[in-house]
Amino acid sequence: MNTETRQEQFHSSSLIGKLLRKLHIDIPLLAGLLMLSALSLTILYSAGNQNLAILTKQMLRMAIAFVFMIVLAHINPQQFQRHSTTLYGLGVLLLIAVLLMGDVGKGAQRWLNLGFFRFQPSEMIKITTPMMVASYLADHPLPPKWKQIGIAAILIFLPTLLIAKQPDLGTAILVASSGAAVLFFAGISWRFLLSTIAILASLTPILWYFMRDYQRKRVMTLLNPEADPLGAGYHIIQSKIAIGSGGISGKGWLGTTQSKLDFLPESSTDFIFAVFAEEFGLSGCIGLLLLYLLIITRCLYIAVQAQDSYSRLLAGSLTFTFFVYVFVNIGMVIGILPVVGVPLPLISYGGTSMVTLLGGFGILMSIHTHRKFLPT
Amino acid sequence: MSSVYSVKDSLTENKIFLSRIVAIFIFIIMLIVILMARLIYLQVVGHEHYASLAKNNRIKLIPVPPTRGIIYDRKGRILAENLPSYSLELIPEQVPDLNETLDRLKVLLNISEEKITQFRRQYKQKRRFNSTPLLLKMNDEQVAKFAVVRPSFPGVDIHAGLIRHYPYPEFTSHVVGYVGRINVKELKTLPEAEYRGTHHVGKTGIEKSFETQLHGKTGFAEIETNAQGRFINTLDTIAPQPGDDLFLSLDIDLQKTAYEALDIFNGTVIAIDIESGGVLVFVSKPGFDANQFVSGISTTNYKALQNSDARPLFNRALRGLYPPGSTIKPFIGLAGLEYQVIKPETSKFCPGYYQLPNLSHKYRDWKRWGHGAVNLKDAITQSCDVYFYDLAFNLGIDNIHNFLEQFGFNKKTGIDLVSEKKGLIPSRKRKKKVKNESWYHGETLITGIGQGFTQVTGLQLAKATATLANRGKIVNPHLVSQFVTGNTHYSTTQPESETIPLQPENINQVIEAMINVVHGRRGTAKRLSKGINYQIAGKTGTAQVFSVKQEERYSEAEISFKLRDHALFIAFAPADQPKIAIAVIAENGGHGSSVAAPIAAKVIKQYLSELEPQ
Repeated sequence: MNTETRQEQFHSSSLIGKLLRKLHIDIPLLAGLLMLSALSLTILYSAGNQNLAILTKQMLRMAIAFVFMIVLAHINPQQFQRHSTTLYGLGVLLLIAVLLMGDVGKGAQRWLNLGFFRFQPSEMIKITTPMMVASYLADHPLPPKWKQIGIAAILIFLPTLLIAKQPDLGTAILVASSGAAVLFFAGISWRFLLSTIAILASLTPILWYFMRDYQRKRVMTLLNPEADPLGAGYHIIQSKIAIGSGGISGKGWLGTTQSKLDFLPESSTDFIFAVFAEEFGLSGCIGLLLLYLLIITRCLYIAVQAQDSYSRLLAGSLTFTFFVYVFVNIGMVIGILPVVGVPLPLISYGGTSMVTLLGGFGILMSIHTHRKFLPT
Repeated sequence: MSSVYSVKDSLTENKIFLSRIVAIFIFIIMLIVILMARLIYLQVVGHEHYASLAKNNRIKLIPVPPTRGIIYDRKGRILAENLPSYSLELIPEQVPDLNETLDRLKVLLNISEEKITQFRRQYKQKRRFNSTPLLLKMNDEQVAKFAVVRPSFPGVDIHAGLIRHYPYPEFTSHVVGYVGRINVKELKTLPEAEYRGTHHVGKTGIEKSFETQLHGKTGFAEIETNAQGRFINTLDTIAPQPGDDLFLSLDIDLQKTAYEALDIFNGTVIAIDIESGGVLVFVSKPGFDANQFVSGISTTNYKALQNSDARPLFNRALRGLYPPGSTIKPFIGLAGLEYQVIKPETSKFCPGYYQLPNLSHKYRDWKRWGHGAVNLKDAITQSCDVYFYDLAFNLGIDNIHNFLEQFGFNKKTGIDLVSEKKGLIPSRKRKKKVKNESWYHGETLITGIGQGFTQVTGLQLAKATATLANRGKIVNPHLVSQFVTGNTHYSTTQPESETIPLQPENINQVIEAMINVVHGRRGTAKRLSKGINYQIAGKTGTAQVFSVKQEERYSEAEISFKLRDHALFIAFAPADQPKIAIAVIAENGGHGSSVAAPIAAKVIKQYLSELEPQ
């Protein structure tokens, strides 16, 4: 595609198209996200026992999150790069503040009470960590040298450890993988990558030693949920029954028995995929996975099209993290991964993760819509 | 920045990045395929299996609650047991119309509106498929009536179970405590899985302190039910593990004797086996019918208990704070000897009052005309206040405070019950902190006769007496002596007890004086010595509930019963080889000598007669 046709295409479209471009919105991505949101409301209506209050609340959160996305889409990626260090530093300081004086909710210290509202710094760090690592690596020739890899590793591990200490294993995994993804896209050698994975795998027994009792229990539960059917294994057993009983075509919308009869705990939040799978069956599940894949493909396309190292690395990392969300959540609900508190992105009930996720998509849109169309 | 945009770098970079994007894309596709494969496995291959689990033949896990451990007294007599009972339980998800069903049941079985409200509150906290009790204890008539019409009540069933029962509800209500329905607050702190089948939890006393041991471990049964949720058959069971049985050091006969000996008075009696520290008697009177709480006490009955002037729900033995009165004197006397402020033979003239140098205020003796010249032994025997005013003044509050703390005052005794009070022995530091006032000599004087700020529990008093009888080796009171897991008995381990460094000669002096209280010609409790072939060492006490103004006398008849002094008595016996130590507090009993001492004597007599061979 030469410059002329591309520019032509860029300038010749409908009024709405122009408007959306002015708004720095990527139409295919927005379409995918809106479809997910619609799906979310549909399932929530059923999972929440047709409670309209829950629905209104979720819609309000969505509206806020979408506005946040558009705001971020308007900011030039260079601005993100310029402020990466500040934002990252702030995030780490807030994480330390949480450990020192945070509110305790559900046995973990994750919230910072600012008086008028409660804020979860670990959400913010999910975006600022890849920003920081990308900004640091982009300042040096790629692929990165040993020294840069070392410094990047420290930048990743610091927030990861702080979050793991809260303890919030799910978020720690997401932050670590977002940082690791930047390194991967920056071009660290395959040999290095594979040997790191091998070393980490051999360190698992040590990790086991450092895990808290309830975390060990979750791993044991994954291996044998029937060992403790009333306690830790309950989630997984009920979730599998719900999914399996859905069959190929599902029991139909609003037709579930498992979640209706309260067999399934947390059916609106982390385990909402089980409700979806029961109601819409295998066909629905494959459809949902394909929708996620479409969004991911579009994001990877945006990453490929990005024009500087920083944008590329960040775009790639944000996309990969989004996938990790999907994989970890569905993996735990269908019983192939241990139960860690990761929601199903843009579907689960709850506001904080939605704001962060759509914030990430806002950055992707910003990267895509702020390109300068130079001849390549 | 410049290096990033050098042409060569940019090209390699582009190439690497593109290959990485492709790699990650393939990786993502692979993982999505894995997710899909698993979904196909669950939803296609396993569909029938899971569908049958979910729909037609639902397999349910029914928690099987463990049997709560039994509580015995020292001779193996049951203090808390489990009796078979029938309860009416509803499984909300299987009841077609809950309101209508409740209305019908209410009329049929004559259920109070209160029980219905209680049920409504309860079932909201549970999963809809778990059964929730409506009536915990059905009487025979209710069982018979319901059995006939059972088919017309889907989701409602009679469950045979066990319910806690206390054979001596009034005597043991404060020490054994009771179990009651688990409330919302407890639901949050108890381990959810362990209590899924349990409706009751220990609320007070031993039942609460030893909840973990008594409760046991929940088992479960995997049962198959039809579409209506009716039981078809049991597939698998894991048996529950019954809770541990507990043996207490308490002696229910002695407990009864002490409780009844208190007669018309409220109060507390604590007796301790000196050698083991086992508590033989733990009376807090009045008690109440603990069984009412098990089946769910009605609001009216509960309010009546709560608003009663006698405060039957208040554990006086553990939490009742009283001025020790003259029962503190043996300890103050011992302090005087230990700190060498007095010698045994030091004599002091008692004119019936005491005055601080240069002050006109008169601190009165209980005997208006005075005791004349008294030494330590006389002072304890006759309970001379003036002697102890002087001694306290010479000791100073700091010494008094430190010495009494060694005997366990001003701190918890550490008995195996929760929410014990620690009492108070005043000190300069505390007064400064709490009232921001400095200490006055006058306050030292009244501390010396156990009045003023000083507050003790009956339990502390008994512990201190036992420690004195044990010649300074600290006695740590406890109730549970053994627990039984399966068929194995385990003794509870007690902490190694420390010994207060005291001169044996000084202890002898004080004990001799205490023997004289009971066996001396002028002893305040000399009536007790009749008809016993051993010696009791004791000390009477009378604690003022209100203070008498200067130059004013009062007669007991003039003031209402509630303002009458508390009667106290501490004792141990036999004096030469102490086996039992006891503290008696009879609220508004008037005088320690006439009311409290005979109660202690009765308990001691009964206990020692059983210890004698044959």
